[in-house]
Amino acid sequence: MELTKEEESALDGKQGETLALAYRTLVAIGEASGSDRLIPIEWAHLSGVNYNTIGDAGRDFLSHLSQDAKFKVKTTVNPMGFDFDSVSRYNIDEKFIENQRSIKNSYEKMGAIPSYSCIPYEIFDIPKQGTHVSFAESNAAIYANSFSGLVTNKEGAFSALASAITGKSPCSDLRDDDIRKPNLTIRMKVESPNELTYGMLGYFAGKVAGSSVALSGVNGLDRRSCKSLCAGMGTSGACGMFTFGEEEGEKIDFDKKEMQKIHDELNTSESGDLITLGSPQLGLDEIGDLATMLKGRSFKKRCMIFCPSAIKGQMRDLGYRKEIERAGGELLFDCCTCLSPLVDNKDVDSVVTNSVKGAYYLRTSNKVDVNLKSLKRIVEEETK
Amino acid sequence: MNVKVIVKGRAKGSLLIAKNPLNFLGGIDKKTGIVQDRNHDLFGKSVGDKILVFPFGIGSSVGAYTIYSLKYNHCAPLAMICLKADLTTASGCAISNIPLVVANKNDYDLLKEDREVILDAIKGEIS
Repeated sequence: MELTKEEESALDGKQGETLALAYRTLVAIGEASGSDRLIPIEWAHLSGVNYNTIGDAGRDFLSHLSQDAKFKVKTTVNPMGFDFDSVSRYNIDEKFIENQRSIKNSYEKMGAIPSYSCIPYEIFDIPKQGTHVSFAESNAAIYANSFSGLVTNKEGAFSALASAITGKSPCSDLRDDDIRKPNLTIRMKVESPNELTYGMLGYFAGKVAGSSVALSGVNGLDRRSCKSLCAGMGTSGACGMFTFGEEEGEKIDFDKKEMQKIHDELNTSESGDLITLGSPQLGLDEIGDLATMLKGRSFKKRCMIFCPSAIKGQMRDLGYRKEIERAGGELLFDCCTCLSPLVDNKDVDSVVTNSVKGAYYLRTSNKVDVNLKSLKRIVEEETK
Repeated sequence: MNVKVIVKGRAKGSLLIAKNPLNFLGGIDKKTGIVQDRNHDLFGKSVGDKILVFPFGIGSSVGAYTIYSLKYNHCAPLAMICLKADLTTASGCAISNIPLVVANKNDYDLLKEDREVILDAIKGEIS
């Protein structure tokens, strides 16, 4: 890689070990991914916040790093394992709480905005078209590239963290216009799709696509479907963006048969003991829709609903919170379905969700069965 | 031999060669540096104070933190030589300041267990 004089001097430790560590990380990732230089980025979004994802080693690393590291650009963070405001109502191990607090303190000490959200694209103002950012959360990276007009790779925890400290990122993969142009088109052939259909389309696309993919036959997506598509895609592969319409090159159909295969892979139960909504977290639009759908109805079983605390005030003022809680919904902030210790296989055997990403992690990490169905069906079948 | 530098630095020591790819998360005890994966050809051996040679890293990216723990617990390899640079190993060596290089297949196959080498991961040379 070609570095500027300043970058070279920081790499050699002339501005301290923390900056040297961050530049070493960017250079190592850049060399490993065939990048020739570093470019400036304006916003970093970090993963590796939930104690369940980084463990003791991650906690210790962040604690050491936070002794003198400071984030140079706007830095937002992914959800934690639970909601500190309501944790006492759940049976969470004291050690887990302490470890999570340590991680939270380390990120905040380095200057992170305490967003604890996997939908930064929905709760922050979006910079101007074409701005380079470093998003480590996969659904957020895909959403940023495909809907928000931003440019990012599907960053890892370390590249995004090093980007937050330096304000730079290796110029590789999706930062190159040629690679952003898809060479594979997936033709959507499933009729009357809902958000679950789009989640499965994303999951299918992630498995077969390279860095970028074109989707044809997709129109009129609402916010719920957009997010479901991005999250499904981020779960199954390395693909970091999509475009709409047909492109030159190979074409594959996503039809009922392909969809059934994915449904069979992710749906392992015909019912569930608990419902979870939110992976990705629900934003204000979706919370509003949910409140409307729940008018005059009540959940027949526990339903956990995950959202960012950024919308707490608005959802209260608009009356959404009252309506959802009246229906028996449990609103949780700063955390999400994925890898949450709040869903424990000692208490539940199976979980109902409309999230393809949630289904994948509930199966593989929480080790519970999943009943996958659309929000419309959840409201029809799981409320009275 | 010439190698591609991923993380800069210098090291001198004997080679410990793994035939199988390494999963740092779970595969190595972060407190002792001993390989604890029973199915791995280095099972029971310590990677500490050796120049560790392995094809590439596999498994969760959180494995990078395990490399950092090894360094912090004074049982990390002196340097690593791989056939392919995966992002977990690259990130782990970078945050832990452990020199990492990639050798081409022909050179990689010439590396012999226990041989003492000098790794110059600034110029990109092993001698």
